[in-house]
Amino acid sequence: MNILVCVKRVPLTGGKIVLTDDQRAISTKHLGFTISPHEECGCEEAVRLIEQHGGSSTVLTLGPPEAEEQLRDMMAIGIDQAVHLVTDGEEWDPQATAGAIVEAIGAQAAPYDLILFGNESADAGNYQVAIRVAHKLGLRVVTGVKGISVHNGSLRLEEEVPGGRDVYEVPMPAVVTVKEGINLPRYPSVPGRLRAKRKPLEALSPVRSEPKLEMVRLVLPPGSGKQAEVLGDGPDAAPAVVGVLSELGLV
Amino acid sequence: MSVLVFVEDPSDELSQQALTFARGLGEDVHGLAIDDRDGYAPAAWGQALAAATRERSPSMLLAPGTDRGNEVLAHVAAELDLPMVANCTSVAPGDPLTVVRVRWGGSLLEEARLHGSPALLTVAAHAVAADPAGTGLGVETLEPAVEAVVRVSERLPAETAGVSLADADVVVSGGRGVGSAEGFAVIEELAALLGGAVGCSRAVTSAGWRPHTDQVGQTGTKVSPSLYIACGISGATQHMAGCKGAKKLLAINPDREASIFASADYAVIGDLHQVVPAISAEIRKVKGG
Repeated sequence: MNILVCVKRVPLTGGKIVLTDDQRAISTKHLGFTISPHEECGCEEAVRLIEQHGGSSTVLTLGPPEAEEQLRDMMAIGIDQAVHLVTDGEEWDPQATAGAIVEAIGAQAAPYDLILFGNESADAGNYQVAIRVAHKLGLRVVTGVKGISVHNGSLRLEEEVPGGRDVYEVPMPAVVTVKEGINLPRYPSVPGRLRAKRKPLEALSPVRSEPKLEMVRLVLPPGSGKQAEVLGDGPDAAPAVVGVLSELGLV
Repeated sequence: MSVLVFVEDPSDELSQQALTFARGLGEDVHGLAIDDRDGYAPAAWGQALAAATRERSPSMLLAPGTDRGNEVLAHVAAELDLPMVANCTSVAPGDPLTVVRVRWGGSLLEEARLHGSPALLTVAAHAVAADPAGTGLGVETLEPAVEAVVRVSERLPAETAGVSLADADVVVSGGRGVGSAEGFAVIEELAALLGGAVGCSRAVTSAGWRPHTDQVGQTGTKVSPSLYIACGISGATQHMAGCKGAKKLLAINPDREASIFASADYAVIGDLHQVVPAISAEIRKVKGG
């Protein structure tokens, strides 16, 4: 089978977000980059499905030239090749992103049996690119999946819902969004990293359309305004902690 | 201004919040539910709402910012080829509409302009408090589109094991500072003494010390206990997105500068491996005496 996984480069934010002076981005001077957690699991799932069923896996991103780093990272854990839709770093809105992905998919020689996304990106969290891509391609789509198995050209998909798991059975080709927890992604090995450097990467330059959801500026939410009450240092703080627990009616 | 609201479940708090949010925007508010006797079918539900939107030409279609609310509204948006804003906290009138929406699981807000009509928006959880006066409002039930190609075919029961993390009244969570899977014994002991659940940070699940079902965070479980005890957790945005619903937060960390203390109500400066067993011993003493 042929699997495509779509990912997005995002900063590793740590404890405190600092904005750039123009308030249009997170200041990344001191930050590393990664992809959204759900998408890491999407790549791991693609590698596992290809290991089980044979075929080929491709990772795709729409992002700045530096996003090649994330594509190589995913090829290091076993993805076979990459497609890079290179932008100038300006964020694309969900409709434009979906349009560019659909165009790139149409340009590929072999059709994909399964197109994977993360349920939502870690940064923008728009919850819609995968569904838009599915509609444009006329494919079925199931979101928030935490279990995938393949039987005779069909997918059995499990989604966690309050009170249990919902099961969907859909024929391929299909679009599926996954959530973290579907698997535990492997770490890349040193030989994996070396192989990734030589794996094929196709770079394309899509044209950005006018955003219909136009970001004006980013705003840090007001702080909690909390001033923590220090109960003590080390194990000597235990009686004070239990005092608080009994005040709260927990002991 | 007329506003349609997709109501996932009239008794659900987030659906009621979406109705309350809608009434803050316009006089003419109609709740729309979808008949679910044949099971959840996201695209068919989206088609039914898209048809209602075409027919009634509202100014806005809202949905709760839940998994299903976001999913169904994205189907409407794809069907009508309109932009959609997920997880709004406020809307200011105008053309284009100006909205504020949630990013990074709530660690950052975005002000944006929406160029499209009708406006399709989901309402971020707890952007407004549900007004009980609105619960009496009639909600109309639509039939889903006839041809549902994707539908839930089976419901598997949850594997129940102890107190559920999402509903626990006390959560005791461990982070990288716990150091190992075995290190969680002291966390489990304290959680058991308080009748609470064990949680952990993403660093812990990535290391394989705990299963992902224990993970609290933006891509894990969102919790809202009376008390959240964070042990050896630095306070990354990924984690805070999952525990900011806690009424009180106690942080135990050896690093006075750890960002978790900025969100904490109570702080203990120290190594969790010494502090947590001392708290458990003290609870036993108090209970025993």
